Amino acid sequence: MASDPLQAAASGAHAVPFAIEPKGSAPAAPTEVVFDLRDVNVYYGETMAVRGVSMQIHKNVITAMIGPSGCGKSTIVRTLNRMNDSIAGFRVTGAVDYHGQALYAGGVDPVEVRRRIGMVFQRPNPFAKSIFDNIAWAPRILGLKRDIDERVEKALRGAALWDEVKDRLKSSALKLSGGQQQRLCIARAIAIEPEVLLLDEPASALDPVATTLIEDLMQDLKQTYTIVIVTHNMQQAARVAERTAFFSLEVSEGERTGILVEYDDTATLFTRPADERTRDYVTGRFG
Amino acid sequence: MGTFEPGLALTASPRLRRRQRTDRIMRAGATTAAILAVAVLGVMIGSVVVHGASQLSLSFLVDNPAGGALVGVAGGGIANAIIGSALLVGVATAMALPMGVLIAIYLTEFATPRTARPIRLALDLLNGLPTIVTGIFVFGLLVASHGQSGIAASFALAVVILPLITRTTQEMLLLVPKDLRDASHALGVSRWRTIIGVVLPGALGGILTGVVLAVARAAGETAPLLLTCSIFSNRTTLNVFGAAIPNIPIDIFSYSESPFPAEHAKAWGAALVLIVLILVGNLTARAMLARQRRRIGGH
Ligand SMILES: Nc1ncnc2c1ncn2[C@@H]1O[C@H](COP(=O)(O)OP(=O)(O)OP(=O)(O)O)[C@@H](O)[C@H]1O
Ligand SMILES: [Mg+2]
Repeated sequence: MASDPLQAAASGAHAVPFAIEPKGSAPAAPTEVVFDLRDVNVYYGETMAVRGVSMQIHKNVITAMIGPSGCGKSTIVRTLNRMNDSIAGFRVTGAVDYHGQALYAGGVDPVEVRRRIGMVFQRPNPFAKSIFDNIAWAPRILGLKRDIDERVEKALRGAALWDEVKDRLKSSALKLSGGQQQRLCIARAIAIEPEVLLLDEPASALDPVATTLIEDLMQDLKQTYTIVIVTHNMQQAARVAERTAFFSLEVSEGERTGILVEYDDTATLFTRPADERTRDYVTGRFG
Repeated sequence: MGTFEPGLALTASPRLRRRQRTDRIMRAGATTAAILAVAVLGVMIGSVVVHGASQLSLSFLVDNPAGGALVGVAGGGIANAIIGSALLVGVATAMALPMGVLIAIYLTEFATPRTARPIRLALDLLNGLPTIVTGIFVFGLLVASHGQSGIAASFALAVVILPLITRTTQEMLLLVPKDLRDASHALGVSRWRTIIGVVLPGALGGILTGVVLAVARAAGETAPLLLTCSIFSNRTTLNVFGAAIPNIPIDIFSYSESPFPAEHAKAWGAALVLIVLILVGNLTARAMLARQRRRIGGH
């Protein structure tokens, strides 16, 4: 399989401590740019949490963000849909463009931004409502009232949850297992048909079976959505993402600031990283 | 480290024994004080029950007072005062509840620490304000010009319970996990819709409990009523915007001031009715509150 770039790369200069299985599709020709970040700094009050991030996120591509704890992965994804706005002291400089529009420009309504850029969180957070209402609630409010039953079914099918819950749509979502709750949260997010899905460690609270389900799900969702996933699990990044960004912490004068070290095709980043720090991280040789 | 001789006996030194003695005395004192508090409540309820139980009958609850004024006739009841109290407290709650919930929403969802602090302080001060002062304020505001009325009394009671309702509501709103607000915001739902659709439903049980506590408090409040709604009558009044409305606390006051022993007994009976209503309300509210805290905080 010499034509497979992943296999070719795996026989390169160093060994990654886990196998990178070739994904169904190798990175295709670059698609349209969805997010364009240029020299982005994020501050919480006086402290700079992330410095100098420049990267482009492409349409219908799964982009992973990896890196040690506290390096600003969550900060960056939450910057992409203005979820950080409610944090006192949060400030962003540099350019965060979404389809060429500055996300942090004056007239931009964060509510409208989040309407198009959905998010799933680390801990499953279903509402204390029925399974059906968890999904139907937001579309109803947003004026997507027509064919609500079909919308709910489609979202649940999209999140690979339909068969497990179709007979108990009226029962409380809190009775579902953790993995089911997380898929419900994904269903809830796709029910409003956003363009982008941001997933901040969506599987970290789940067992391997539920994790696999969600990873498979992402491959399906990729056809429709642009996906950004934060993960602590390098195998997971290698399994699901075409592009991977490696963030790290830079310590200077006692200040710890997150930086983007390297951003490349997943296969390249794991097998032929350009940066020493990336190589140390992906081979398990930390600091 | 290491200043103890290994051979030293492990018994208490005289100094330690003295400290232990002080400790025991303090503990005994505190325990006694705690028992006294329970005893005071017990004795009080006991004496109300002993004196008032003989009055309790169906007719005491469903009949209006016998005779038009305090003339010492036996029989009759306090039905009009029970209805009047319910009316006054109901109207007071209807005024204080929306206001209190809105203030609590402002404090938890919108205020910055700098704006929240003075408001919270004002609410605490209002809560500590002697209710006779509230009564005088309302007297000057409404009664001096328009005379006593149900609405004046309800307004005074509303001022009394406003901080109570605000505080419990605020506490319950704070218990609603941030995760749920995030989930709603991430769906492109606005802040107000999030509050109405996610935050308030999550806190609903707790808010209702706060209302029950406030109702119990308002039902027994007497000082503001003396200034705004002090009437004894054998008629049932339902118009809050009209004249003063007979109510239980003022009945107790009037009966106990009467020269006739038969009416002293009625004062005890009315006191028993009031105390049972309040205790039942309080205890259910507390049980509900405890359950609600566990439920919201749980998941
Ligand atoms: N709300 C906040 N207020 C102040 N500082 C914050 C806040 N959230 C995050 N930070 C700081 O910003 C830095 C980056 O945090 P962030 O949560 O983005 O890291 P992360 O890469 O997602 O870490 P993890 O892998 O542990 O989730 C950390 O130093 C953190 O302390
Ligand atoms: Mg994080």
